[in-house]
Amino acid sequence: MSHADMTMGSHSPAGVVGSSPFKITSKKMAMWLFIISDTMTFAALLVAYGFLRNASASWPTPFKFSPTVVNAMVMTFILVTSSLTMLLAIRSARSGDRGGAFRLTMITAVLGLVFAILHIREWLGMIGEGATLFHNPWGTPLFGAAFFSITGLHLLHVTGGIVALLVIGMRYNSGRLSAEDMETMGLYWHFVDLVWMFVVPLVYLLNVSR
Amino acid sequence: MATTEQSRGGVGKYIAIYICILIIAGLQFVIAYQNIDTGQMLTRMLVLAFVEATLGVLFFMHLLDETRGLLWFVVIFTVSILAAMQYGWTDSFRIERGVPYSNYGK
Repeated sequence: MSHADMTMGSHSPAGVVGSSPFKITSKKMAMWLFIISDTMTFAALLVAYGFLRNASASWPTPFKFSPTVVNAMVMTFILVTSSLTMLLAIRSARSGDRGGAFRLTMITAVLGLVFAILHIREWLGMIGEGATLFHNPWGTPLFGAAFFSITGLHLLHVTGGIVALLVIGMRYNSGRLSAEDMETMGLYWHFVDLVWMFVVPLVYLLNVSR
Repeated sequence: MATTEQSRGGVGKYIAIYICILIIAGLQFVIAYQNIDTGQMLTRMLVLAFVEATLGVLFFMHLLDETRGLLWFVVIFTVSILAAMQYGWTDSFRIERGVPYSNYGK
């Protein structure tokens, strides 16, 4: 069979045919590939932060138990819980319960919003103490740059995720999207949670004030 | 085109994994206040973070329910690139402590 025969075998206008790699839809494959690439982005930032920390003689450890570490605990709890609610939303979607899936998706979005608000409150506290992207009162200014870059990129992902949850949740509820779309969205939200599981110990807990 | 296989075990399994992840996160907060050096603390934190991530990826993201091909693709691809990023650590030690033997004979 020639290549032309194979490619013209489908009824697709593009004339391209092929089996789905790993037996998943192209949407889900694209999301996995995006997640892998975004993992590299965060890993590069965290490795760069580790490099700077290791190479600095005066790396500060300013995070007090209250409010910073307590805040980090609460934020971690909220984000992990939001992953659970997203999981339950997908489970409802898979079983055909559109209303339940929509409600759980909205709960997930609200939890994400609470996380973002707590994060911004944390930032305002840091800025009030004098730490900014280019300045740090406790030692090398690279501390501020590393902290705000890493947490800022994560917050951007959370914000984008909240918007996506709202849009996809509403479209799913109105019948325009399927359970597959919800599941693909869920993969992104779980990824955001996984990144936080590395950001907390490396950025916050390694820099607690004793 | 096959769709993803449904997770088995019900809601109870997800809640158990959720509680495990919270416990591991709690352990990290405990370790942060232990009287150990930074290297040991980093190792313990990273091990726990990888355990959390593994639980999240396998169960919350349902990678365990996907084909083994996808699982190995994700794992091998991600781990190999993460490993490749680690080449610069000797340079960070050199920046702080100087080139080895730079004070030899002084």
